[in-house]
Amino acid sequence: RRQDVLTVTPWLAPIIWEGTFSAEILDSAYKPLNLTVGVTAFAVGKYTRFVGRFLESAEKHFMKGYRVNYYIFTDNPETIPTVQLQPGRRLVIVPIKKYPSWQEISMRRMEAINKHIAETSHGEVDYLFCLDIDMVFYNAWGPETLGDIVAALHPGYFNVPRSQFPYERRSSSAAHIPDGEGDFYYGGAVFGGLVKKVYEFTKTCHMTILTDKANGIMAAWQEESHLNRHFLSHKPSKVLSPEYLWDDRKPKPPEIHLIRFSTVEKDYREIRD
Amino acid sequence: RRDVLVLTPWLAPIVWEGTFNRDILNAQYIQKKLVTGVVTFAVKKYWFFIEGFMSSANKYFLAGHQVIFYLFTDNPEQISPIQMAPENRLFVIPVQNHSQWQDTSMSRMDIISRYIRSHFQYEVHYLYSIDIDVQLFEHIGVEIIDALVGTISSWQYNARRESKSYETRTESQAAIPEGEGDFYYTASFYGGSVAEVYKLTTACFKGIMKDRENGIEARWHDESHLNKYLLYHKPTRLLSPEYYWDEEL
Repeated sequence: RRQDVLTVTPWLAPIIWEGTFSAEILDSAYKPLNLTVGVTAFAVGKYTRFVGRFLESAEKHFMKGYRVNYYIFTDNPETIPTVQLQPGRRLVIVPIKKYPSWQEISMRRMEAINKHIAETSHGEVDYLFCLDIDMVFYNAWGPETLGDIVAALHPGYFNVPRSQFPYERRSSSAAHIPDGEGDFYYGGAVFGGLVKKVYEFTKTCHMTILTDKANGIMAAWQEESHLNRHFLSHKPSKVLSPEYLWDDRKPKPPEIHLIRFSTVEKDYREIRD
Repeated sequence: RRDVLVLTPWLAPIVWEGTFNRDILNAQYIQKKLVTGVVTFAVKKYWFFIEGFMSSANKYFLAGHQVIFYLFTDNPEQISPIQMAPENRLFVIPVQNHSQWQDTSMSRMDIISRYIRSHFQYEVHYLYSIDIDVQLFEHIGVEIIDALVGTISSWQYNARRESKSYETRTESQAAIPEGEGDFYYTASFYGGSVAEVYKLTTACFKGIMKDRENGIEARWHDESHLNKYLLYHKPTRLLSPEYYWDEEL
């Protein structure tokens, strides 16, 4: 039981923190359903160097005991290392084209995920999580995260006032959120849900991204801004605390009891070409 | 709300005043164009409660949304005309009365189950069974809408697990083993999607019939069976005792 943090949103969606759930009860409800959970991650250009550690740590901590399909989207399939996987888990390499700028690569993810669901993963997985690749799992990520539409609180903004959220503020952008509005600031590095729902909202986000492109504007935090806009009008049914999306550069505050998934140290200038 | 438990260990929200924003929930409900039904029974002397129940329910239960009331009674002629809110509808359905109130109480499960199959599934998305001797004093809104919803009994809210009123005799289908049990739910207010309520009422009635064959009757009748069901099929949402407060407390 956690009394120091908000554990339910105003629309009665649970916010997942360590101490709010019983992994045992949830496993007993979910394991018999024989689910397959998919993970998408993009390893483009120099980002392929993160794949090994991502997969090894996922094998230790991500949805243990469940069937998992890792979909690694890459422009360079040969550089993807072979990682030993547990039974019931498999790696699928999805070749994609590399765009000239890192922002473009980041924003095209919505389109790529959406297309891949339609063509392939809708028939292969029940739930799908879309994660950043430059991250490592440190602790359990289990069925407490499963839900229809799942978003995660950005570690930089979970305990600051709404006025400080870096929403897109220019009204000419399709991702615009006016002052005084907004529930939370969600991180673009983690989102997911039922594969059908992920299909729907990646399509919507891709459309708003294209709208902006046609109007010659790019949102402040790329697809993260569009995701925040979407989740304001279509509220997530489950919200993950920053335990599920941490930034190791930040000092650990008292509210964070457990770090499950966090960034890998990197030199942004070097890696973004 | 920091003073109460707002989330169960299986991540079902427990609805208390102050935990939700009804405007957001109303917007979501309207967007999905949902219709909710209420089932209630007024048998024998309970016809007396009909007027109070219907007038308060029309005022406070999902006010502003379309609600279909299904009133089962053994005495349809005794009912005086009821003023319904414009968006609501009332169906009065005659039923047989039984010699003992426990029998009536337990046959409710059977009646609800059968009527879901024959009628309700085509008319409503969500269905709630509410005791007729209940008067609403405050708005009960769309915060109650979810797949499988139980209400924590006000009598049992603070009781320790051992003193909860579960049926413990292993001969009964409603028996809950020692040391088990999450909450004690009241049979006076429960519901959910028609599919889930169908499964619940069918299962409970099966248990009731099995007990009858074995010559045993559960301690708190249909409520014991309800609690057994909700232990092994966990509700997706719980209503706090604010939603059904026994005046005698």
